[in-house]
Amino acid sequence: MRHWRTGLFMAAPVLLGFIFLVFYPVVSVIRDSFTSYNPLSGDAAFIGTDNYTRLIQDETALEVARNTLIFACILVPVNMALALFLAVLLNLHFKGRTTFRAIFFSPVIVSTVAWTIVWKYILQDDGPFNYFLSLGGVDGPNWLRDNPWPMISVVMVQVFKNLGMNMIFFLAALQGVPEEMYESSEIDGANRWQQFKKITLPFISPTILLVAILTIAGAFQVFAQVLLLTGGGPGLSTTVLSYYIFINAFQIFDLGYASALAVCLFVFVMGLTVAQWQIRTRWVFREV
Amino acid sequence: MRSKVNKRYTRRNSKLTGWRLFGIYSLLLIIAVPFIFPTWWMFTASLKPIEEVFAFPASLIPNDFQISNYAEVFRLQPFLRQYWNSMFIAIVVTIISVTISTMGGYAFARINFKWRSKLFVILLSALLMPAEVTLIPIFRLMVKSGLSDSFFPIILIPAFGAHAVVGLFLMRQFFLDFPAELEEAAEIDGLSRWRVFTKIALPLSGPALASLAIISFLYSWNLFLEPLVFLTEPNKYTLPVVLPQFTDTYGAPIFNVQLAATSLSVIPVMIVFVVAQRHFIRGITMTGIKS
Repeated sequence: MRHWRTGLFMAAPVLLGFIFLVFYPVVSVIRDSFTSYNPLSGDAAFIGTDNYTRLIQDETALEVARNTLIFACILVPVNMALALFLAVLLNLHFKGRTTFRAIFFSPVIVSTVAWTIVWKYILQDDGPFNYFLSLGGVDGPNWLRDNPWPMISVVMVQVFKNLGMNMIFFLAALQGVPEEMYESSEIDGANRWQQFKKITLPFISPTILLVAILTIAGAFQVFAQVLLLTGGGPGLSTTVLSYYIFINAFQIFDLGYASALAVCLFVFVMGLTVAQWQIRTRWVFREV
Repeated sequence: MRSKVNKRYTRRNSKLTGWRLFGIYSLLLIIAVPFIFPTWWMFTASLKPIEEVFAFPASLIPNDFQISNYAEVFRLQPFLRQYWNSMFIAIVVTIISVTISTMGGYAFARINFKWRSKLFVILLSALLMPAEVTLIPIFRLMVKSGLSDSFFPIILIPAFGAHAVVGLFLMRQFFLDFPAELEEAAEIDGLSRWRVFTKIALPLSGPALASLAIISFLYSWNLFLEPLVFLTEPNKYTLPVVLPQFTDTYGAPIFNVQLAATSLSVIPVMIVFVVAQRHFIRGITMTGIKS
């Protein structure tokens, strides 16, 4: 304990940053959500729960909430399943596996903006993707305009972008599974699939939990892809909550209402995280 | 620890051969298409004349190389200036966040101070905080203090905000594995805790610092929402903000020029990735393991 002063001193910059750039803003966004703050009209009156009543009656917000859920419900399982599948494959021993790891990881380092711009080009009606489909005799739709493809396009562009990160998490976990466990189960006559289900999955379950928490939290923050790929359209079909907050806050400057929406997003993400943490004992087999 | 894990793998690590190997290669190559293909199209389309960008049949290699697309990038925007902005901001952010995250990470791993574990759990909540939630009040504050259209918030937020917590977390993991004997010996020799950190711990944490620096640089280089919200003058733009703006008067992208600008922003990152791949992947892994 005699070093506590040095300790606090060394941690102070990050702690202060946290207080001013995370803690204070969260308190303040909750406060603003009860006001009609708008820098254009100069208005900042306390209006009680009006923003929240408006939110419940706002049909756009309802559709946005639905889109956000659809987005997350497709993205999370597709991303995690594909990442785990690739991790298992790339954990096998063969020449070139590090090259493949680097390939699947490479979009993680590219900015979302650059990645999305390139995909916007590829997915144009007369762009390269439809050209390749036409070689196989398929007449592709306009991926960014014809429902339901815009939503699927946004999801897939995001999956390819961040898959590599989860793949690396899973790979690290797979490399920690002790070989003896497989050996003894083989003596008992277990096949590969049974081994995967009974040994691998339980062993890496803490990593699955971590990846699930991060992927779900990330799914609610998708923003640049929507703005640049579809602009939330056609209609509202790809407008998700974080994008809707952006429009209300920084394009319409209805900061009071945007704050109420942000509080919902915050409650959503935190609620899901706490829920996952609570039910972890049912399926996570060991603490790390 | 790591070598032990690897040794256990001898049997399962027996090399794949024959049809199984062929099957795995084909499967991986098919899955790899959407990961490699975009980079290829970005480079090739950036060298094509606009008629060829959507030509039918599409050309894998430009028939007609038009290098002038790249000149056009610099004519339409003060691109060199914007490139420098991105570089400058990323360097400052990297220096600040590596410094404070390393200090903080060391303190949380090695020094037993008051409320340490409680503070750590509270800090972790920052990792899940959506940027949109905290941005509104920060925006309000910046506008009020007249710092809105400047680099100040663009440096402050990534250097001291949630990303610094990620860095602290990463360095804490690193220092937890650090051999305690070295430090104890130094303390017996009468070095203060701060001295132990600078003289003993820091010189041995080169690789971890490199990983952290890469992550911080990329985070700032790729940051989009914050500069988009704060910066209004083209001369102050960073790369992610300007890339979507290579459009004609109707707002439709001029794809070949836009992709030329995008290539210019991606190339340095790609080169560094190919050279220092190990550091990238280790850095990312360190944030995930053992949490």
